[in-house]
Amino acid sequence: MRALDFSAAINETLRQEMARDKNIVVFGEDVGYFGGLFGCTKNLQQEFGESRVRDTPISEGAIIGAAVGAALGGLRPVAEIQFIDFIGCNGAMDQIFNQMGKMRYMFGGSVCVPAVVRAPCGSRYPIAAGAAQHSQNLEAWFMHVPGLKVATPSNPYDAKGLLTTALRDYDPVFFVEHKLLYYAQRMPSLREKYPTLICDVPEASYTIPFGQANIVRKGGDVTAVATMMMVHKCIKAAEELSKLGIELEIVDPRTLVPLDKQTIVNSVKKTGRVVIVSEDCKTGGVAAEIAATIVEEAFDYLDSPLRRVSGLDVPIPYSPSLERAAIPQEEHIIDAVRGTIGR
Amino acid sequence: MSHDFADLSKSRLTEIYSRMFRIRKFEEKTAELFSQGLIPGLVHLYIGEEAVAVGVCSNLTQHDYVVSTHRGHGHCIAKGGDVRKMMAELLGRSTGYCKGRGGSMHIIAPEIGVMGCSGIVGAGIPIAAGLGLASNVKKADTIVACFFGDGASNTGTFHEGLNLAAAWKLPVVFVCENNLYAISVPMKKSTPIENVADRAVAYGIPGIIVNGMDVIAVYEAFREAAERAKAGKGPTLIECKTYRFRGHFEGDPKGGGIYRSEEEMTEWRSKCPIFAFKAKLIESKTFTEKEAQEIEQKIVKEIEEATEFAKDSPYPSASEVKHNVFVSDQQGGTSR
Repeated sequence: MRALDFSAAINETLRQEMARDKNIVVFGEDVGYFGGLFGCTKNLQQEFGESRVRDTPISEGAIIGAAVGAALGGLRPVAEIQFIDFIGCNGAMDQIFNQMGKMRYMFGGSVCVPAVVRAPCGSRYPIAAGAAQHSQNLEAWFMHVPGLKVATPSNPYDAKGLLTTALRDYDPVFFVEHKLLYYAQRMPSLREKYPTLICDVPEASYTIPFGQANIVRKGGDVTAVATMMMVHKCIKAAEELSKLGIELEIVDPRTLVPLDKQTIVNSVKKTGRVVIVSEDCKTGGVAAEIAATIVEEAFDYLDSPLRRVSGLDVPIPYSPSLERAAIPQEEHIIDAVRGTIGR
Repeated sequence: MSHDFADLSKSRLTEIYSRMFRIRKFEEKTAELFSQGLIPGLVHLYIGEEAVAVGVCSNLTQHDYVVSTHRGHGHCIAKGGDVRKMMAELLGRSTGYCKGRGGSMHIIAPEIGVMGCSGIVGAGIPIAAGLGLASNVKKADTIVACFFGDGASNTGTFHEGLNLAAAWKLPVVFVCENNLYAISVPMKKSTPIENVADRAVAYGIPGIIVNGMDVIAVYEAFREAAERAKAGKGPTLIECKTYRFRGHFEGDPKGGGIYRSEEEMTEWRSKCPIFAFKAKLIESKTFTEKEAQEIEQKIVKEIEEATEFAKDSPYPSASEVKHNVFVSDQQGGTSR
């Protein structure tokens, strides 16, 4: 087996699937010769040519709109939005929630829109301060739009399997990539702190079905449901909690739409306690939806009130001292888990 | 008196007339059904603008694409759409083009290249670019006709879509139906230039102004743009000066007369594209008045039959409300 980091896994998946399916095209800002701001499309243009791998103007509405049209025209476009924060720019959001997500339904099932939108999200603390417009987690927005699938991989292995699935799926997929995961290879300090950021990734293609959560760590005392970077923070927290005699079970949904409610509910039924950890803002966020599901489907099994550990309802601040405070950290997870147990 | 009919044969000219007349009658019937409360949603009628859709679509094969707008009935009929399925869709019936999920603003007929109407002004422009990209990457011979209004030319997606299509030399023809008003706001109050076509300069593409009440003029302008697109020379922006004879939507007070003068409306109505074309066809002895009437009667009957078909069709079952959110719904897979 080979250890790959997140961007290498994305890059390999795109390369393999492009070789397999000539209808896959990749476009976005700086994804061509330059290979993408985070290197995910490195060398693809050199390998597959300028027709299939294209640099676009700074035109987010046209990027997503062209992806919609290209998908209707029989291609499988992979559109990159350079930062998820830009998804509201220039009509891109209209193309996602009024066009891409709705076409199959509003046109009575007569078309499908097999487009993949890749979008980096999240805070890069402590690597780089992105501030308010380059650090957000907006994945909850897309959960709210019927017709979009939302993938939120937390590691290179899942990234490859989920992206392969996305590229073979017939529905539009919003593929969210946490930026801190990209930095594991380049930043030894990050890798040392979160060794699970890099993992073995088989070279041969494989798929991971959507709607199938991964139990990252088994434990009998408290369930943590966590996505993307928060999975790694939960793993760190679990090590500390274990020293206190508390065994954390970590469930990573891997896709938010469809959401594997069953695995989450089963874990909660087993432990009776749950903390939901998500980097996006608390209000109207990912954790709120998962919490509501648990309350609806496993309320009688809860031995204590569920807790959410989410980003604060503030724009992501620039200064490292403030950014650290705005997003969930291991100590917040530990406190919340201990709070559900009362010790 | 001789007429220039762009070397079109008698049968093609007759077909062009038929399609314009079919649009007119479909829209008149729609207005009637709307006033009777039989259409559950909003409708935007194409009456007055028929020469644009038919002039453009008479250049297209069924493999070529059309991207349409909220005022899309005319585009669909001009492309060869089935008026029965259209009327059923307007009435929200399960036999409609979208099985009752879309209604007037969201008709689609992919089998004839009508790739969907959108209720969002300007949204179709980058989608058309994407269809052009598909054609380009697949090295297909198909082109895209993208309809939009003067109002859409002030959206950001107009700029982004035209710029992208021009930068990538995509086989798209952008057809602006300039009916002078974005709902109630006259173009002169919202737009600092008189001609949308002037904006083509910014994208390094031809910008053509054409009389949108003259079907042959539209046909010829589009033919040249289509040849350019097929030759890999990229998009063209064609601005058709036209006018909607009715309000923005059915129910618009005084048929749009709140914000348009009676004189202006009367003047434009006197330029009726169907009446003018018919007179030319008779004058040139392409067909006789009697032959024209036979065609017209056949179309009137066709629209009546479509209306009956729609009225007789069932509403979709409420048990189907969750169908087709995802493709995988049909494979027994994903559900929320």
